[in-house]
Amino acid sequence: MKQEKQRGRKWFAWLPLSLLLLLSGCSENIAVLNPKGPVAKVQYDLIMWSIGFMLLIIAVVFVLFAVVLIRYREKPENADYEPPDEEGNTLLEIVWTAIPIIIVTVLAIPTVKATFALEKPQRHDVEPLTIHVTAANWKWIFSYPDQHIETVNYVNIPEDVPVKFKLTSVGPMNSFWVPELGGQKYAMDGMETQLILQADQPGSYMGRSANFSGKQFTHMEFEVVAQKKEDFEKWVKEVQQTAPKLTKDKYAEILKPGLVGRMTFSNTHLEWVDHAKQNSHHMNNGEHSDHHGNMENDHHEH
Amino acid sequence: MKWSEFFVTGEPLIYAADVAIVLTIIGIVFVLTYFKKWKWLWDEWLTTVDHKKIGIMYIICAVLMLFRGGVDALLMRAQLTAPNMKFLDAQHYNEIFTTHGTIMILFMAMPFIIGLMNVVVPLQIGARDVAYPYLNALSFWLFFFGAMLFNISFVIGGSPDAGWTAYFPLASNEFSPGVGNNYYAVALQISGIGTLMTGINFLVTILKMRAPGMTLMRMPMFTWTVLITCVIIIFAFPVLTVALALMTFDRLFDTQFFTMANGGMSMLWANLFWIWGHPEVYIVILPSFGIFSEIVSTFARKRLFGYKAMVGSIVGIAFLSFIVWVHHFFTMGAGPAVNSFFSITTMAIAIPTGVKVFNWLFTLRKGKIRFTTAMLWALAFIPNFVIGGVTGVMLAMAAADYQYHNSYFLIAHFHYVLIAGTVFACFAGLHYWYPKMFGHLLNERLGKWTFWLFMIGFNVCFFPMYFLGLMGMTRRMYTYSAGLGWTPLNVVATIGAALMGIGFIVLCYNIYYSARYGERDMTGDPWDGRTLEWATASPPAHYNFPITPEVTDLDAYWVMKKNGNGLEVKEEQLKPIHMPSNSGRPFLISIAFFFAGFGLVFKWFTLAIIAAIFIILGLILRSFDDDDGYYISVDEIKRTERLARKGA
Amino acid sequence: MAEAAHRYDETMPLEYRTEESRLNILGFWIFLGAEVALFATLFATYLVLFQRTGSGPTAKDLFEVKDVLIETLLLLTSSFTCGLAIFEMRRNRLSGLLTWLLVTLLLGAGFITFEIREFIHYVHEGATMQTSAFLSSFFVLVGTHGAHVSLGIGWMILIIIQLLQRGFTPRTARKVFIVSLYWHFLDVVWIFIFTLVYLTGMVI
Repeated sequence: MKQEKQRGRKWFAWLPLSLLLLLSGCSENIAVLNPKGPVAKVQYDLIMWSIGFMLLIIAVVFVLFAVVLIRYREKPENADYEPPDEEGNTLLEIVWTAIPIIIVTVLAIPTVKATFALEKPQRHDVEPLTIHVTAANWKWIFSYPDQHIETVNYVNIPEDVPVKFKLTSVGPMNSFWVPELGGQKYAMDGMETQLILQADQPGSYMGRSANFSGKQFTHMEFEVVAQKKEDFEKWVKEVQQTAPKLTKDKYAEILKPGLVGRMTFSNTHLEWVDHAKQNSHHMNNGEHSDHHGNMENDHHEH
Repeated sequence: MKWSEFFVTGEPLIYAADVAIVLTIIGIVFVLTYFKKWKWLWDEWLTTVDHKKIGIMYIICAVLMLFRGGVDALLMRAQLTAPNMKFLDAQHYNEIFTTHGTIMILFMAMPFIIGLMNVVVPLQIGARDVAYPYLNALSFWLFFFGAMLFNISFVIGGSPDAGWTAYFPLASNEFSPGVGNNYYAVALQISGIGTLMTGINFLVTILKMRAPGMTLMRMPMFTWTVLITCVIIIFAFPVLTVALALMTFDRLFDTQFFTMANGGMSMLWANLFWIWGHPEVYIVILPSFGIFSEIVSTFARKRLFGYKAMVGSIVGIAFLSFIVWVHHFFTMGAGPAVNSFFSITTMAIAIPTGVKVFNWLFTLRKGKIRFTTAMLWALAFIPNFVIGGVTGVMLAMAAADYQYHNSYFLIAHFHYVLIAGTVFACFAGLHYWYPKMFGHLLNERLGKWTFWLFMIGFNVCFFPMYFLGLMGMTRRMYTYSAGLGWTPLNVVATIGAALMGIGFIVLCYNIYYSARYGERDMTGDPWDGRTLEWATASPPAHYNFPITPEVTDLDAYWVMKKNGNGLEVKEEQLKPIHMPSNSGRPFLISIAFFFAGFGLVFKWFTLAIIAAIFIILGLILRSFDDDDGYYISVDEIKRTERLARKGA
Repeated sequence: MAEAAHRYDETMPLEYRTEESRLNILGFWIFLGAEVALFATLFATYLVLFQRTGSGPTAKDLFEVKDVLIETLLLLTSSFTCGLAIFEMRRNRLSGLLTWLLVTLLLGAGFITFEIREFIHYVHEGATMQTSAFLSSFFVLVGTHGAHVSLGIGWMILIIIQLLQRGFTPRTARKVFIVSLYWHFLDVVWIFIFTLVYLTGMVI
């Protein structure tokens, strides 16, 4: 009976590890492990580097664990055995302090390198494209300041060109994440953060908000479409010529809490408001200032 | 506020909960009245200042809260089983994950640990009680009524729905009108005050009330971890107090701390929250390490390997816990230098933690390992926690974290450390100290069923989440579409959650079964224990030890047993024992806190002020109270001790 | 073996004689440690927000030197008189203790009066807690200190009553000693408020 349980434990201890190996083998489905651009590739390499060490640690601990449990369990043969009184072993303790220090060091160095590298474009021979991203409840607005076009809930980018996404938000924090192209960054009200991504090949990549922002947060998805350079330029021209103009009224309507479909405009809201500026919210949203005013009145009545 | 908004309406689940609550209350009142137990309840429990009873009450509440938080979890898993499920709507889902997180951390994990602390620490150090028994009762009742205030939110006024982290500006009046987040701010504040007082109380208790001969380096490991935890509480909880106060001001009085206009700064909330929040994680994990240390050492029949290194590593972890908080938001754009710094400090925590893991393994080595239920939990902790730990190191690598942040990878990681760390420790500690608390053992067979169901369920539930995260599934999504390929792993996770639920049911049945048929513990030392709590009767008399033990080494009781001088009571050595008197005031003051909190939540300031006057009145009465406690006579001690030994 | 809670030590000052008193005094020191963390957080919040004035006035526009100087003087003096009260207690002179406690209490009340006056003045100028993040953090930081002082006054009154009722006992002596710790602590916090909030605010 005991023996059986023993075997059960041992088998179980190996389960997570084998699962990990199994699943990382068939990873087409796994966005983060399928980088489609140099930024995601830097992160992929770092992740793989760390997973290697982590599997090693897991293997060492699990083997030790299994050996110790099997050898030193109580059984009829060792009924008279009385464990020795040992306080510790300085040498061993130094060893298992030193090894983690070494592992942490070999992980820290590439981490720091990558963390700095990701703040800059991955290639310097091309002029990056700038796109302003505004998160609102619950949609993503993309403004191309140089092209004077604006899209909602989708964004087209040229392949092989670093794209500087300048992130901000009207309201709650969101996080801009396109796993196949690279890691995320927060979009915050009255602030501007910058995330540089780049796509290696034409394709459609899923993006979503990774930071909870209220009721319909789940539906804050967007599509990143990477196109061949010529296609992208063609698309820009087409939009500039055919898409409707964005008016202040239309924009206010888009900002209202709720879900909207995809939209395309031949100018940008940056012409009259930049939410990345501190207090832009207060100055440009009459509705909300009134709201605040009312609350103050309410308060005085108490 | 209109009366129609006062009670939450519209959901069949809520109506069912309403009915259940009313029926439960009627049931409790009926049972108490029918069996004439009101006086017993008041005398023995509501007014008690006995650390053992307070500890038991903490644990009962924690188990109830585990039920509540667990139901929340099962509802979430049900909703996520298949794509586009219509079981819960977005709003309801948001409320449920918010209460799940808040309850599990603050009203389940913390009180469970504090409950075990209460029962065990004074016994382990050979003390009569804690340093401030009255304050201890107040701590408990503040926690209790804080938890009650938080829990009524789902039937009265509406639950908070901005996540347990309550990030601004989402948690502001503008985006979260309604009273839900007021509940969050006020209820956490009330129970937080209780926790802070517990921290001070146990720090003084451990520093000043140890049995003669018990130097710091002869303290049991659990006591050591509690000592360090108290230090963390004392420096971390004031930050929460301030953060919640500022939140309350923003929500009730329209100040501009975290708002979007007039200079408010939402990032400040995130910083304050995590300056408390990260140490908080260690507040629940360090005592867990202590529990595992005790259990591993007891059932391996060996002294803890590398005791000094163990002490050093908890001190190191406690220190590091205060300088890692930024890793909760590497993605906030603080710049690569800041992120690198916090990456390295975070990874550094792996070093002392690794030392501990190897010390546990080497405690087992050359031991004689008995696989009791408590030991199974402690053993299972090691591999599971290592998985959680190494993925924690992966998350600590800032550049890579951009890909894991807020995804199910993160969810998997923190459940691996919090469940395999803290929850396993709570269950381990519960099985281990259960005979000490109640005088009978939990049934081992049922205990092992609980263990295997829960442990396997836990892995089946959370391991797939690592991969869901890498596939791009973010936390707090209430549904997902079919084409994403996330369905199979979500189905697996839900099956795991169900297994954990069944494990919990078996545990509850075990508590009932063992109370009726469980093996009585007549010796006071059912496990052949090593520390002083096993040197007294099970359950101990309210004065704990008839004669204060003298300590000569680590594992004090083990050494006594080996030298053949356990703690037989020599009646001629008995002396009268001084004990603190019971008081109903902590209970009543905490009720006043409850009403003051309730008034603040609904902005009924008159109610809040009236309740505040009662609180102040309670404090004044306490100031003028010169009850010095009472003495237990030698005769009574003799009688109690003879009765306790009769069975043995 | 002696009973822990009532181990009596004649050689110690009155407030330290019982074990209970020793525990309480140590506990209060630790509580003050927690208070340090609390005020440190409030100071940090203030320093983060103090230039974020939105459309409201800045620190330089607002602060009144005269009121603040009077407040500082009153509170610093009260800390000194509180020290004298303990000195009298050590000399076992109840009347001296009571006198100095009363003086401390009055100075504290004076401090609170001037602080309230200062706050009312600001509010009349349109600078309320709701105006800007700077003012929110200012009022909450300084107000928390003020609330502590007010609480200290109420507490001291209770202790004075107990001294009148019971005279010197280990228990009353301990209470006097603890409230004096509290009072000195508030004084230290005020020195930080004075330099970090007012002096800095009037310069920058």
